[in-house]
Amino acid sequence: MAELSGPLLRTEALSRHFKIGNALSRRILHAVDDVNLTIGSREIVALAGESGSGKSTIARLLAKIYKPTSGEIYFQGRPVSAIRSRRELLQYRGDVPMVFQDPFSSLNPVHRASHGLIRALKLHRPELNAQQREQEAIRALDAVGLTPAAEVLHRYPFELSGGQRQRLGFAQALALRPKLIVADEPVSMLDVSIRIGLLNLMAGLRDDQGVSVLYITHDIASARYVADRLIVMYAGQIAESGPVEDVLAQPRHPYTQLLLSAVPDPRAPLSVGAETDRGEPPKVVDPAPGCRFRWRCPLRIDECDHVTPALRELLPDHQAACHVATAGTLTKAFG
Amino acid sequence: MSMPLSGVTTVGEPVRPGVTGPAKRPATHALARLTRAVRSNRKAAAGTIMLGIFILVSIFPGVIAKDNPGADIYKPRLGLSTSHLLGTTSFGQDMWAQVVYGTRDVLIIAFVVGLATTAIAVIIGVAAAYLGGAWDGTLGVITDILLVIPLFPLLIVITAYAHGASTLVLIVVITATSWSYTARQLRSQALSLRSRDFLEAARVRGERRFYIIVVELIPTMTSLIVASFLTNALYAVLFASSLQFIGLGDPNAQSWGTMLYWAQNEAALQTGQPMWAIAPGFCIAALGAAFALLNYAFDEVGNPALRPVRRNRGKRAR
Amino acid sequence: MASVRADAGADPKDYGPAAGAILTVRDLSVEYAMDSGAVAAVDRVSFDLYPGEFLGIVGESGCGKSTLLFAIARLLAPPAAITNGSVAFKGTNMVAMTDKELAPVRWRDLSVVMQSAMNALNPVTSIGAQFKDAMKAHGVTSKEEIAARSAEVLQMVGIDPVHLGSYPHQLSGGMRQRSMIAMALLFTPELVIMDEPTSALDVVAQRSLMVHIKKLQEELHFAVVFVTHDMSLVSHFSERLMVMYAGQVAEYGSTREVFDTPRHPYSVGLLEAFPSIRGERVPLTGIPGRPPDLSQPQHGCWFAPRCPRVMDLCRDTEPDLYQVRDAKVRCLLYTEAERKEADRG
Repeated sequence: MAELSGPLLRTEALSRHFKIGNALSRRILHAVDDVNLTIGSREIVALAGESGSGKSTIARLLAKIYKPTSGEIYFQGRPVSAIRSRRELLQYRGDVPMVFQDPFSSLNPVHRASHGLIRALKLHRPELNAQQREQEAIRALDAVGLTPAAEVLHRYPFELSGGQRQRLGFAQALALRPKLIVADEPVSMLDVSIRIGLLNLMAGLRDDQGVSVLYITHDIASARYVADRLIVMYAGQIAESGPVEDVLAQPRHPYTQLLLSAVPDPRAPLSVGAETDRGEPPKVVDPAPGCRFRWRCPLRIDECDHVTPALRELLPDHQAACHVATAGTLTKAFG
Repeated sequence: MSMPLSGVTTVGEPVRPGVTGPAKRPATHALARLTRAVRSNRKAAAGTIMLGIFILVSIFPGVIAKDNPGADIYKPRLGLSTSHLLGTTSFGQDMWAQVVYGTRDVLIIAFVVGLATTAIAVIIGVAAAYLGGAWDGTLGVITDILLVIPLFPLLIVITAYAHGASTLVLIVVITATSWSYTARQLRSQALSLRSRDFLEAARVRGERRFYIIVVELIPTMTSLIVASFLTNALYAVLFASSLQFIGLGDPNAQSWGTMLYWAQNEAALQTGQPMWAIAPGFCIAALGAAFALLNYAFDEVGNPALRPVRRNRGKRAR
Repeated sequence: MASVRADAGADPKDYGPAAGAILTVRDLSVEYAMDSGAVAAVDRVSFDLYPGEFLGIVGESGCGKSTLLFAIARLLAPPAAITNGSVAFKGTNMVAMTDKELAPVRWRDLSVVMQSAMNALNPVTSIGAQFKDAMKAHGVTSKEEIAARSAEVLQMVGIDPVHLGSYPHQLSGGMRQRSMIAMALLFTPELVIMDEPTSALDVVAQRSLMVHIKKLQEELHFAVVFVTHDMSLVSHFSERLMVMYAGQVAEYGSTREVFDTPRHPYSVGLLEAFPSIRGERVPLTGIPGRPPDLSQPQHGCWFAPRCPRVMDLCRDTEPDLYQVRDAKVRCLLYTEAERKEADRG
């Protein structure tokens, strides 16, 4: 395989719209609009945002559960829409598997833990015989810390705890020898004391197995803990993107600042936030041009009402989609 | 109250304790689970025993009934006695033999109709739900047409054409008219399961749609499928017997419904031969009850919330 | 009345409700009758709550916090039952009361906000209709009074009264939670019990709602018992904090004391399991192992299998609650003997 010259995965003006209402209505929900993001090899990129931000839709676009309404996804330089044959599709699915959020509904309750693993191996690594498949399954379970692996293989999902089920989800992805794991809020439904273990596991996968992870979350603190780069989404668009420490230390987009100020941190005094702000992102239906954050933004100017801000590089590798944001001293909107 | 596991923040009611970590008795073979369920649930035990008795009788009728049911060689209208446990009919046939031998016909109808109806309903209902779109539309229309037509009149019309419907005709007719209701039910359940992540996970894994339907989706619907089988078997018994009773069946067949037909024809109740009507009627009711009890029991096994709360005098866990 | 055992509900005079306290819970225990035996979901929990005070109860799944809440509100159903202890609300022991006796107390003096509004609100009736139901159930019949109070209470939580005609699914998640809280405040109760009311909300909506709750609490002077798994959330709002583990009180004291100096190794572990967005990025370990299976009898401390500071003694001796300055800690590290050792060393 030729040496990779570009990023592992890149999207170009990726959009996904949904028709809503009854058959006669023509209203269109813009779940994701014009998203350009890149994910490199051996890195964890956190995609953070609240509900309605479009982050789950992006996950499903990358995992080829949805087809883009417009725009393109390039994986290892080649457009994903060009995938036609089943063999190519299987190849992609093996390179970009997905880990789901809900430990209860992501495993089939009537099949043992081995089922998903063995099936994945059968489909993606047909050269293995039954014994080798079992070896690989055990290896995947060991890599995610589910031991004793041979015993776990025979358990049913209801015999595993939430944390164990999520590890099993990662094992199923690992068994495919993936390049990029799309993890859709993998720890949101776990107890707090269990989350760290899973986050450490993801960091371990990056370091030891060279796998990239797209970590989708609404929890900025965990994003900071585990990710190399952070992308903040709002109302279907990217608001800000850059190395995680840079974005958190110097948030350029007012929404990022708002998000950061709202994170409860027992070690810091609470900032109260605007009295009238209900704290909810809008549902984007048939939007007019203009910044989608403008109704909640204290720094709003005239241009924000008419022109949708494009993602601009303000500092090296640090971009924000805001008319007011500059590369100079930080304008504080919140917090 | 629901029973989620440890390590997960729950929504709703308090977490039931004692279900954190692996279960103490890991579920092994499905058969072992089934036997445990039957033994621990009174309704299941009763239903199983009753059904078991009927099955045995249908397979080995000669063991408990010495006479040939069709032989009209005895003195007619005899009362209960040791040589004729239920007496004889007005044609001189032994009623006990008739009831016993009639079991086979009824059970065949019950099981075959139950299986066939459920199989058709599973294929059509689940496929419609999972495939969606045009598939769902066309299959839905077919199902709905059959649903709308009133069932019993349809049965009557069709069997009337058959001029004395044999068991096979009864089976075909009842199956053809009964599958649509179950198909709708299964479609609804499949629709609700469709959004479960594990199906999406199978898709992302690269499984084909057919595989997902058969291996991932249908096995999670077993309790509804089994319940459908039991319900359809029950209704098959009732419909078949009713059709035979009103004379649309084969009057020479050995079956409980035909017994009722002849009993009615010969005015059994008015002429002092109540057993002729009561015996088959009781058997129909008993078989129906067996299926119904098993159905209740399955509900409880499948949904622990429906189980009767038993006061437990066990010692404290700590 | 199957939810209370006949021998439960000791007379509060035996324990004496704390003077001036609006809610006094003493040795409250709740058991679930399982096939394998009785399981103690809540084990001898005691605390006092004073008027206008905000108590946070923190713990992970299976710790018994929601069961405790349901027990206090007398909402338990079989197979759960209160088997010991008392809940004295304004001096009267609620454990001994029948449903009929409880009815006037419910909602007028004590109300409950459930975890998920979508589960607690009736999806087929409008918000206004549900408010009306609640008020009619407590004898308010005048249409004007109902309309006026419904509008007033929605405005209190920051919702335009025009939404009285809306159905729950037409409102956003944040607005649904706010209408649950509005419903809880219909009769300006003295105590509002909340079971993770913000867990379904995003962080900005959560912050907004919490600030609002605190503001309302200060205006209307009601006491709050707030159950959550998110320790950092409650740290800014509660005066007192209780950490629960395996159905027991692990640590209980003023919020500042518990936060600044967590003593129980579980509280320490829990606090450290929240990565910070400020300061140094340090690798964390969380708490190894899993919450215990309460149906397996345990000798000694429930936390011993996972405790980084476990001593041999911990495996055989059940720790009591020991007083350390402004907090109580259920840990053998804090017995008189151990503390003297620690002081000397």
